[in-house]
Amino acid sequence: MRSSSETDAAQSKHHEHVAEFINVSKRFGSILAADRLSLGIRRGEFLSFLGPSGCGKTTALRMLAGFEPPSEGILRIDNTDMSTVPSYRRPVNMVFQHYALFPHMTVAQNVGYGLRQRRPRLPKAEIGARVQKTLSTVRLDDFGARRIWELSGGQQQRVALARAIINEPSILLLDEPMAALDAKLRVEMQRELLDLQRILGITFVLVTHDQEEALSMSDRICIMGGGRIMQVGNPQELYDRPRNRYVANFVGKANILQGEVLARQAGQARIVLPSGTEVLVPDVTRDTRRHVEVVVRPEALSLGCAHSDKGTAIPARVTHRTFLGDHTEYLLQADGIGALQVNLPRQAETASGGHGVGDDVHILWAAGTGLVLAAED
Amino acid sequence: MAMTQSRARALLLAPAGLWYVTLLVFPLAVVLIFSFGERNPIGGYAPGFTLEQYANLPSRFAAFRNTLTLAPLGTLAALIIAYPLAYYLALRVSPRWKTTLLILVIVPFWTSILIRSYAWIYLLGGNGIPALLEALGIDSIRLINTPFAVLVGIVYGYLPLMVFPIYVALDKLDKSLLDAASDLGTPPWRSFVQITLPLSMPGVLTGSMLVFILLTGEFLIPAILGGGKVFFVGNALVDLFLQSRNWAFGSAVAVALIVIMLIVVALYARAIRRFGASRDDVGIM
Repeated sequence: MRSSSETDAAQSKHHEHVAEFINVSKRFGSILAADRLSLGIRRGEFLSFLGPSGCGKTTALRMLAGFEPPSEGILRIDNTDMSTVPSYRRPVNMVFQHYALFPHMTVAQNVGYGLRQRRPRLPKAEIGARVQKTLSTVRLDDFGARRIWELSGGQQQRVALARAIINEPSILLLDEPMAALDAKLRVEMQRELLDLQRILGITFVLVTHDQEEALSMSDRICIMGGGRIMQVGNPQELYDRPRNRYVANFVGKANILQGEVLARQAGQARIVLPSGTEVLVPDVTRDTRRHVEVVVRPEALSLGCAHSDKGTAIPARVTHRTFLGDHTEYLLQADGIGALQVNLPRQAETASGGHGVGDDVHILWAAGTGLVLAAED
Repeated sequence: MAMTQSRARALLLAPAGLWYVTLLVFPLAVVLIFSFGERNPIGGYAPGFTLEQYANLPSRFAAFRNTLTLAPLGTLAALIIAYPLAYYLALRVSPRWKTTLLILVIVPFWTSILIRSYAWIYLLGGNGIPALLEALGIDSIRLINTPFAVLVGIVYGYLPLMVFPIYVALDKLDKSLLDAASDLGTPPWRSFVQITLPLSMPGVLTGSMLVFILLTGEFLIPAILGGGKVFFVGNALVDLFLQSRNWAFGSAVAVALIVIMLIVVALYARAIRRFGASRDDVGIM
C-alpha cells in the first residue's frame, strides 16, 4: 500500500495485477530458460526476482520488456495480451545493468529520449520542462548539458533511472542496477530507489542475485531456480516458511538436517534426528514421507552445557567462534549430523558465560521451531 | 635513468624515423624539385627553375576530372554496398558463421588485382553481361571501356577496405543500446537512424577516407577496364614517367595531386574532429 492509487485499487479488488505470467515458458534452442512461470505482479508493489545466474530471472524480465517473446503461455500487462506487442509499444521501461546510456547524447538528451519518441510529437517546451523536473527528482539538476562519460557510476545510474521514469511506465524494470556500484553507494541507491517508488507509485520489478538487496527492498520476492519459480512471498514468509531446501538455502543462513518422522499431528511432526535427538517441528507439507529434511535457522537454536537437557539436545563440539558485536556465530560439529551453525545474541552469551573452541556442548532445540521442508520437485 | 630512457626511446623510434625520411620525405623532396625543372631532351629530368610545368597542368584536365569524379563516386558506391554487408556481418550473422563470412570478404585479396580485373574484362565485355542482356532483349549495351566499367572495377577492388572499418565500428556497438532505444519507444528503423548510424560514423569515415585516398592514386583498374579512354591521374603519371619520360611535368602532376589530396584530407579530418568532439568514447580511427 504505497500510493493512493494502490489503495483505491485494493478497495475495488483485493490485488489488481499490473502484469500476469500465465504458464509462460521460454526456450533458447534446447535450453529451457523459463519453465511454466505463473505469477501476478501487483500494481504498485516492489517485486524482486531473486536467484543465481541462469535461474531464469533475467529471461522473465526480458519477456516483460518485450525483448524475448515467450515460447509458450500468455503474458499480460495492464490486462492486455503482449504476444503481438513489440517492446517499443509496451508501457514498461527498463534500467539496464550497465545503464545503456546513449554515448552520443547529453544527459538531458538521454533523459528526454523516450518523450521525443512519442507520436504525435510532444511540444519541445514540454519535453524540456519534464526533463528538468525528472533530473531534479534524481538530484541531477545541473547535469543536463553534461556528457555521459563525464559522470560517475552512481550519476550514470541516476540518469538511467531518470530516462526510464520520465515516461511514467506501468512497470519499471530494474536489471541488477546496483551490481556495478560499490557497497556504500549501493546501500544509498537502494534507499533512494525505495523513496522514489514511494513518491512515484510505480510498480518496480527488480532482478537481483543479492539476497540482502531483495530482502531489504522488496514487498514480495519471487525466488527462481532452474527456470522455475520456487516460491513467491514477502521476505518474512520466505525466511520463516521456506517451501523447500533451495529457498531455505537462498534466503538467509540455514541449517538443514535429515530426520525420520515418528508421528504427525496437528501441523507438527515428531522427528528423530541422526544424533538420536527427538524434536517437535512444524510441518505444513501434508506429505507422508518417513525421511524428511528439516530447516532450522541459526538464531532459533541455543547452546547449553554438556551435562544438561539430554533428551532434546544435540551433543556437539565447538569448531569456530566468531564474535560479531550484537551476536556471536558458533560453528559446531554434531555427532551423526555434521556442521551446524548457532547464533547466540549478546545477552544469552553473557548469561551462559560463553563457550570456547573445543568445548563439548549441547545444542538446544526448542519445541515448535524449525520447519519440515517439502521435497524438491 | 632518464638518460637511458630517452636513449631507448630514440633507439626504438630510429627504424620508423629512418623509414619515414628515406621513403617519404626524401622522395617527396625529389618530386618537388623535379616539378620546377625541365624535361631532358633525351627523356628524364634536366635541372632548372621554371613554373612552365605547372602552367601546363590544364592539358591533363581530363585525368584530374576523372579522378575527382570517379574516386568520390566509387567511394560512395563502395560505402552504399559495404554498409549493409558490414551491418549484416556485425549484427545479424550467427557467431558460428561470422568468421567464415569475414574470411570470404578478404579472399579476393589473395589473388592479384590484375587477374581479377581481367576477369571483369570478360564479364563486362561482349560475351559477358551484355550478351546476357541481349538474350533478355536489351540490345547493344556497351559496358567495357566506359566510366561505369571503371566504377564497377574500383568498387569491386576496394570493397573490403570499406567493409572492415564499418564492421569493427558496428561490432563494438553496445547492443543493449538498441534494446534501450526500443524500450524507450523507438521502432527498429528509427533506432537505426538515431543510434546505430551515428555510432558507426567513425567506421564510415575511416573506411571512406581509406578508399578515397587509395582511389585517387589508382591506375591499374582504369587502364584495364577503361581501355585507355577513362584516364585517372595515376594513368597520367605512369604515362609521363614511363612512356613519354617527361619527369618534370610528371612531378608537377604528382605535386598537384598531393596538394588536392591534402586539402581533401584536411577537410575530412575536420569533419571527423567535429564528430569526435561529441563521441570520444567510441574511438575515432
